[in-house]
Amino acid sequence: MTEQRTIELKIKRQDSPNDPPRWEVFSVPYLPRANVITCLKQIQSNPVTKDGKETTPVVWDSNCLEEVCGACTMLVNGKVRQACSALVDQLEQPIVLEPMRKFPTVRDLVVDRSFMFESLKRVKAWIPIDGSYDLGAGPRMSERQQEIAYMLSRCMTCGCCVEACPQVNERSDFIGPAVISQVRLFNLHPTGEMNRWERLESLIDKDGISGCGGAQNCVKVCPKEIQLTESIAAMARETSKYQIRKIFHMD
Amino acid sequence: MSYMAKSEVIVVGGGLAGLAATMKLAELGIPVKLFSFVPVKRSHSVCAQGGINGAVNTKGEGDSPWVHFFDTVKGGDFLAHQPLCLSMCEDAPRIINLMDRMGVTFNRTNEGFIDFRRFGGTLFHRTAYAGATTGQQLLYALDEQVRRYEVEGLVEKFEFWEFLGSVLDEDGACRGITAMDLHSMEIRSFPADAVVLATGGPGLVYGRSTNSMVNNGSAAVAVYKQGAKYANGEFIQIHPTAIPGWDKHRLMSESARGEGGRVWVPKKKGDTRNPREIPEEERWYFLEEKYPRFGNLVPRDVAAKEIYHVCVDLEMGIDGENMVFLDLTHKSREELDRKLGGIMEIYEKFVGEDPREVPMRIFPAVHYSMGGLWVDYERDAEGRIVEGSPRNHMTNIPGLYAVGEVDYQYHGANRLGANSLLSCIYAGLITAPSIQTYLGGLSARAQEKPESLYAGFTQEWSTRFDEIRAMNGKINPYQLHQDLGDLMLSNVLIVRHNDRLEKTLEELDKMQALWFECGNLDGGTWANDSLRFMHHLWYMFELAKVITKGALLRNECRGAHYKPEFEISQPAGFKPDSYLRYTEKVTAPGFDGDETKLGFSPEELDYLRRFKAQNDEWLKTTIAQDRDGVPEITYEAIDTSLVPPRPRKYD
Repeated sequence: MTEQRTIELKIKRQDSPNDPPRWEVFSVPYLPRANVITCLKQIQSNPVTKDGKETTPVVWDSNCLEEVCGACTMLVNGKVRQACSALVDQLEQPIVLEPMRKFPTVRDLVVDRSFMFESLKRVKAWIPIDGSYDLGAGPRMSERQQEIAYMLSRCMTCGCCVEACPQVNERSDFIGPAVISQVRLFNLHPTGEMNRWERLESLIDKDGISGCGGAQNCVKVCPKEIQLTESIAAMARETSKYQIRKIFHMD
Repeated sequence: MSYMAKSEVIVVGGGLAGLAATMKLAELGIPVKLFSFVPVKRSHSVCAQGGINGAVNTKGEGDSPWVHFFDTVKGGDFLAHQPLCLSMCEDAPRIINLMDRMGVTFNRTNEGFIDFRRFGGTLFHRTAYAGATTGQQLLYALDEQVRRYEVEGLVEKFEFWEFLGSVLDEDGACRGITAMDLHSMEIRSFPADAVVLATGGPGLVYGRSTNSMVNNGSAAVAVYKQGAKYANGEFIQIHPTAIPGWDKHRLMSESARGEGGRVWVPKKKGDTRNPREIPEEERWYFLEEKYPRFGNLVPRDVAAKEIYHVCVDLEMGIDGENMVFLDLTHKSREELDRKLGGIMEIYEKFVGEDPREVPMRIFPAVHYSMGGLWVDYERDAEGRIVEGSPRNHMTNIPGLYAVGEVDYQYHGANRLGANSLLSCIYAGLITAPSIQTYLGGLSARAQEKPESLYAGFTQEWSTRFDEIRAMNGKINPYQLHQDLGDLMLSNVLIVRHNDRLEKTLEELDKMQALWFECGNLDGGTWANDSLRFMHHLWYMFELAKVITKGALLRNECRGAHYKPEFEISQPAGFKPDSYLRYTEKVTAPGFDGDETKLGFSPEELDYLRRFKAQNDEWLKTTIAQDRDGVPEITYEAIDTSLVPPRPRKYD
């Protein structure tokens, strides 16, 4: 008789923001080509720890499971990534799952990323269209321009870059790479460019563009391979230019 | 001050339809409270890959909104109400322009215009796309506009909140909603003068589908239980090309075929050779062979059925499994990355093989619900929608609207690819002025309703959740959900048989009874997912019964609903137009009743008669209404006044 293959997971649990964290270890039957989400679902169907103790199902955030919504971001074996695209066959065991550390924990693997969405408001991350009425076609754009914009606009606000950034910590409110890169996206657009100064202005602050310490961790963890460091460098140049123009009242 | 100026609207769901409605309402100056399970930027619309349709005829093919309309109605096997389809197709180019102005990163032509590609069910380049993540890009653009209105104070978001039900006043009108905070688990009722449900499809009823984890259909069922009509439930689209997974099935966009992807199996049954080593003449391109005109781009119901036939009936699936090849290896890497990058990446990440080098292995999966909440509309004499009519997209509950996949309009018995993004945005946009008119006609505001009305609903829901919390049976609800999914997948999928559907209905009742033997797995009072899952699970059974009973009673083949027992085969060389001539002749005044003199061959005449009899009996909308847990099914006429229904043909 062959012994059934199993997958071992070690999961950091926390019942609420005010409860202390604890670790639980689970063992689930091996399934070929399974991802971490599948293991979490296996635990839901049988919420018992490896040593036979009944527990509550693990709580996590997820939605699309195709790595386009950004919801299921967590630390998998210490590396920040989406749990849906973390395939068990490629992971060392026990698979260690933890919530991201740079965001407040809600419960178990769920964190509160509202800081990022609030920051998008601060930098006016939108094209200020006149309205939804029929005003004809949009501005023309070269294929090259579209390719850069598309690359930037695939940002899922997942939080990987924020998690990996050493400048985001208890002592700083650095706005983080993703949001700076969004400023680059909207400032590139022929219409968005018209109010680029407003967005640059919002980055001039110790929590803004100058908060970057150049560690370059962000670009390494971005699941969509967005050129975050290039975005930050470009926006640093733009804000400098903008500040000089401001001094000489050129605008 | 008028009532309207002080009115407030609640939108539930922040995918394309919900955000389009929210944006437009805010633009009209109407404050919106926007509720969603997830931060709206993470809604299921992100999964839409291939594109959005709009007939612009930029490639000189002779395309037009009318042709788009015809393709849509034909693709849906003539089950859709035509006025909404026509107005949607006419608005489509303007919608694409609007999204472009908002900054959607559509792929471009050399000259810098929006590029268009081909999709299923049409012969024209009509689909605008942003790589292979078009839904994500469109959603982000709307999310950004709504964020702008949020900053202006016109939109207030309630993310991580769950819609439990509508608040109905003594006249049965919708006066707000009851919702639950998914972190604190607090249950609260919110007044509103109109409510829009934009809560998406019900894929989770089938366990695993291409849908996201929020797509459990619970919002639709909640209002169905409150008296809303649910229409065409049995029309579930099976997408022909998905990658199987344990947690979900991942979509391989139709755009893969739109960009030249070819579907094939080895001619030799059980051929285990590496697909790249199988020479061209030993491959069977079964779609291209059977449908020379549309080839790999036949509509989804046709493609899914053919793949099923090849795998199940002929047992010619790859390695004997229910899988076929979807081959893009003849295209250049550069082009694939530029036009299909998003899906190339998904296949690579989740399967671990490079689809630029190796043909993909794909199989059909539950993808979309053409059916949904019944909603009304008002048409003018020419068959177009009366803009601003309060009836547009209103359910049969006054003040309750539904838009997007949760409604049943536009797609009939089968949706064409890249029409869903269009119908979601179109519906969201036209519903806002409809609501504005509705608000203008209200004689009292929700705020003036007694507090006790809202407290009553809050109390009712709190009691319901207290009951679920106290359940301590032995059955694990997640396992019961898997059983439900397996039952539906085995019996209510591509090919349907009455004996099995009848048995499935009985099985569903038995399985639903097991729900009472489930145990609540989590006694916690904070972010308790298990508690709400129990609630969803009960509702999924309710919806499964609607789908199954609708399928059982509909004795015909139409679009995604295929019952071999009732299949009427077209005679060889049949031309769909002959059906139009036939109906014209037999309904002409003075027709003597002798059909044999009409100039059709006996074989043809037999087919025409049977087809007409089928349409006379079944070309109707299925309506399900809840009668104490049993769906009562009735049928309703369809407006087919613009293009007469006829047999579909794609070869």
